[in-house]
Amino acid sequence: MALDSKIPNGPIADKWTNYKDHINLVNPANKRNLDIIIVGTGLAGGSAAATLAELGYNVKAFCFQDSPRRAHSIAAQGGINAAKNYKGDGDSVYRLFYDTVKGGDYRAREANVHRLAEVSANIIDQCVAQGVPLAREYGGLLDNRSFGGTLVSRTFYAQGQTGQQLLLGAYSAMNRQIGRGKVKMYNRHEMLDLVIVDGKARGIIARNLITGEIERHSAHAVVVGSGGYGNVFFLSTNAMGSNATAAWKIHKKGAFFANPCYTQIHPTCIPVSGDHQSKLTLMSESLRNDGRIWVPAKLEDAQAIREGKKKATDLSEEERDYFLERRYPAFGNLVPRDVASRAAKERCDAGFGVNKTGEAVYLDFAAAIERYGKEAAYVKGLDANDKTLVTKLGTDIVKSKYGNLFQMYLKIVDENPYVTPMMIYPAVHYTMGGTWVDYNLMTTIPGCFSIGESNFSDHGANRLGASALMQGLADGYFVLPYTIGDYLAPDIKMGEISTDLPEFVEAEKAVKDQIDKFINNNGTHSVDYFHKKLGKIMWDKVGMARNEKGLNEAIVEIAALREEFYRDVKVPGSANEFNQELEKATRVADFLELGELFAKDALHRNESCGGHFREEYQTEEGEALRDDDNFAYVAAWEYKGKPSDAVLHKEPLNYENIKLVQRSYK
Amino acid sequence: MAQSALLNASILKKVAMALSGIFLITFLALHVTLNFISIISEDVFNEASHFMGYNPLIQFVMQPILAIGVIFHFVMGFVLTLQNRAARPIAYANYNGAANASWSSRNMIISGLVILAFLGLHFYDFWFPEVTYKYIAGTAPDATRYYGELVHKFHDPIRTGLYCVSFILLGFHLWHGFASSLQSVGMHNKYSRFLAKVGYWFSVVVPALFVIIALFHHFNN
Amino acid sequence: MKLTLKIWRQKNAQDKGGIVDYPIDGIEPDMSFLEMLDVLNEQLINKGEEPVAFDHDCREGICGMCSLFINGEAHGPDRGVTTCQLHMRMFKDGDTIFIEPFRAKAFPVIKDLVVDRSSFDRIQHAGGFISVNTSGNTIDANTIPVNKSDADKSFDAAACIGCGACVATCKNSSAMLFVGAKVSQYALLPQGKVEATERVLNMVHQMDLEGFGNCTNTGACEVECPKGISLENIARMNREYLSASLKG
Repeated sequence: MALDSKIPNGPIADKWTNYKDHINLVNPANKRNLDIIIVGTGLAGGSAAATLAELGYNVKAFCFQDSPRRAHSIAAQGGINAAKNYKGDGDSVYRLFYDTVKGGDYRAREANVHRLAEVSANIIDQCVAQGVPLAREYGGLLDNRSFGGTLVSRTFYAQGQTGQQLLLGAYSAMNRQIGRGKVKMYNRHEMLDLVIVDGKARGIIARNLITGEIERHSAHAVVVGSGGYGNVFFLSTNAMGSNATAAWKIHKKGAFFANPCYTQIHPTCIPVSGDHQSKLTLMSESLRNDGRIWVPAKLEDAQAIREGKKKATDLSEEERDYFLERRYPAFGNLVPRDVASRAAKERCDAGFGVNKTGEAVYLDFAAAIERYGKEAAYVKGLDANDKTLVTKLGTDIVKSKYGNLFQMYLKIVDENPYVTPMMIYPAVHYTMGGTWVDYNLMTTIPGCFSIGESNFSDHGANRLGASALMQGLADGYFVLPYTIGDYLAPDIKMGEISTDLPEFVEAEKAVKDQIDKFINNNGTHSVDYFHKKLGKIMWDKVGMARNEKGLNEAIVEIAALREEFYRDVKVPGSANEFNQELEKATRVADFLELGELFAKDALHRNESCGGHFREEYQTEEGEALRDDDNFAYVAAWEYKGKPSDAVLHKEPLNYENIKLVQRSYK
Repeated sequence: MAQSALLNASILKKVAMALSGIFLITFLALHVTLNFISIISEDVFNEASHFMGYNPLIQFVMQPILAIGVIFHFVMGFVLTLQNRAARPIAYANYNGAANASWSSRNMIISGLVILAFLGLHFYDFWFPEVTYKYIAGTAPDATRYYGELVHKFHDPIRTGLYCVSFILLGFHLWHGFASSLQSVGMHNKYSRFLAKVGYWFSVVVPALFVIIALFHHFNN
Repeated sequence: MKLTLKIWRQKNAQDKGGIVDYPIDGIEPDMSFLEMLDVLNEQLINKGEEPVAFDHDCREGICGMCSLFINGEAHGPDRGVTTCQLHMRMFKDGDTIFIEPFRAKAFPVIKDLVVDRSSFDRIQHAGGFISVNTSGNTIDANTIPVNKSDADKSFDAAACIGCGACVATCKNSSAMLFVGAKVSQYALLPQGKVEATERVLNMVHQMDLEGFGNCTNTGACEVECPKGISLENIARMNREYLSASLKG
């Protein structure tokens, strides 16, 4: 099957407009006769549910949490990009488009990214109209901050919880439709399979997580907005419940899975503290606006710090190595995430790490505190040479900017980051890969759409900060509502789809069989035992730096672990009750397949790009070495019974508007 | 929304509670002022009491309004307490209320019940004899009797003690009730913070004055 | 650390439930409270017993999914944190720790420590929104300047994570801090003022229907709120409600 990305013809700036002008529309009276299932209610799913219901479709929305407001989009901290150019610093749709394609290391689809940049400004308008309290300046206008990988200030924010505020905006729009009866909300429900009738997605099988009941739900189209698969690493910044099951189930039913190896390792996370660790906590990228990243310049100092004989503050400026500023003078501490993460890992691997395990670098605010303090002293007409005063004034300013993040750090690490530098280390954060979709956001299964992080989408091999929120809302508010209408137009006379069709019966049976198998397995180890093992393989061999040998080993080890899992997993309780271990089992089963495909994809991509770094392919300075001649394509994998048999399909990436060059942040 | 639903609305109930409370607070201010006069001057006290006792506006307009205010505040207090208790049918095995709220705010029903019991005693002591004197026995007005009656009542150390304990609990009730009533009617700004401070002073000073007056008459005679 | 856990176990909504004691050893002070429960559950599973069900998701204090009434306080003894951000260094070796579900008539128990907080959702269905459709041609975001102080206050109210600690900790199981925060967020913004009257009437009406208790201004909610939502929001709701009901 040849991949058809369905990119409209014409100049890139006109594609989306022309497309919207020529698609099929469904008249309002007919929208009432069409049902749409949406799985996942984060920024993408929630905004799509609200918008589709506003248009008049009957929406059935599903989330595994107890409320849509808890979807993990809520945890996004830093901000959302939009090409508003409110700062007058030269921003434009083209620049946002260009930065995103470059930031993605030239592995994203131009037309999609341009569309994203085009609608970005609308997102801010929409959110403000909904009552999202974005940060403002004293003049009452919206404020901006800078994020990594760009030279303009285009990031809108709401303190350190932009994700929560935007999600609450989408959730409020959903609430309005739930109140009107246009969205039927299924909380604490998990999609466990997709139902395909006559080649088209027509429903899902879901488990009611409270009663354990297996339910059939039909619709004329199914939208998956279930987020990313970062939890394949066990430890990540994702929520504990974040999972790939919905995305993986549609993959097994025919949706190609694209670029699974593109995973973002976020540079500023709180380091692992012990074996009991259940998740990792992100410290927003916005901290790199003011924090300077360093390790000791001398190995003996690093060792003394690890052994507790020296403290960070004991080292003089000359004894410190601000390695990002040294290696990338133009962008300094604000290089993109993949670059910053790798640089931190490189230093730690070389023995300069600063915590007990040697896997941490410093993020230091002393310089910012002094700078802000001096400014404040000057403004207030106080003595700018009084060190205590300057520190106090500066601390207050840093507190007003990042107070909640500093407090979060203090609670977790029990060290005051205003006094001693923070310790940070990269952690798995976001997955650029995901279900392959065409320009319409439709997967290779007709009628099955994928939006937000769950599709492979717009970020190429690396996502820039503050772009995930932008993409999720763009897909849900402004893109899918058009493209899904075009797809549904022929179905207006179809009427409700019966859930008694044999396809539903069969899918339900398969789900029940899998659940019964887990419940009756009587193994010896908990689900977490296997999940942690999988995570360790992934982190050690498919993590920040990969090589052929490690990847080959990982593939074998994951397959073996999967077998052991099915043989030996122990799931207490029964199928017909609230059973969190059972929930985990069905999710980890899918991670155990996805992990293998992930490694297979990483193994086949003989180049380094963005979040995918192969040790064999690097420049002499240790930068990622892309191979545009051979790998400027999307790797879309077709499921063939097991991950090792997956078949590769290539969608060539044609760059007509941006010239492919070596990405440089020096 | 239906009008009946509005009447049942939680917020209006608490506003009504607050308004009746504020009304009773003004009454207390008046009452303590009158009583305090008894320490300063027997004659003025008698005069003022006589005025209160025979002014038709006070007797036939203000007194019933006060009675309604008191009854409303009590009945509503009970009803709300019962409704609020019903909002948590299964109690916590371990509930550390002291960790996050003052004793007085958590025990308004206890301080309120003590005040109710006190009112019973107080009516028995003053109001019933007064009504009997004026309206049942129909005795002729005597503008000089009040001080003597007051002093006589505080002769008994047990009664004086009961009064003092009740005043202390009144203090607790006011400590929360004063500021709380402002919050309930929707006041929360720099003025309400100032008024809340006034409230704390009020809830200390007024009961303290009542106690001082009681002890003064007890020991002075 | 060695601890004795006294945990509420309840098989399902119909079951009566009760406190069960679990001794546990080898807890490190750097563990979060939920990681401590993970350790317990791992042990229970290995022993062939049913693990303790509890709600949790983001484990970084923002999703509002985790709950737990720990030693008589919502989200435990620390301030300004959710249970997932509570660390074991807040406890001493040898401590006995009570762990109960959030309790309120409007938060029925589903299993063990898991409760149903959909009453919060229904309150928001009744009016927790601004009626604006997604169209792509709403006015430019900077057309209406918003006074910074109002924007900041609105944000402070919007910081509510809907965890329900206010209800759980309130001796009356009142939801007024939650509803007050939602009402305030919109009432403070020009965009939200248009339908402010209807909103507050409808949300409070739904809140009353759900069976929450009334507010007696004890202030416990504000103290226990992991996001420090101010009581000012309740006063504002009272005010909004009064003026709305006078407008009829």
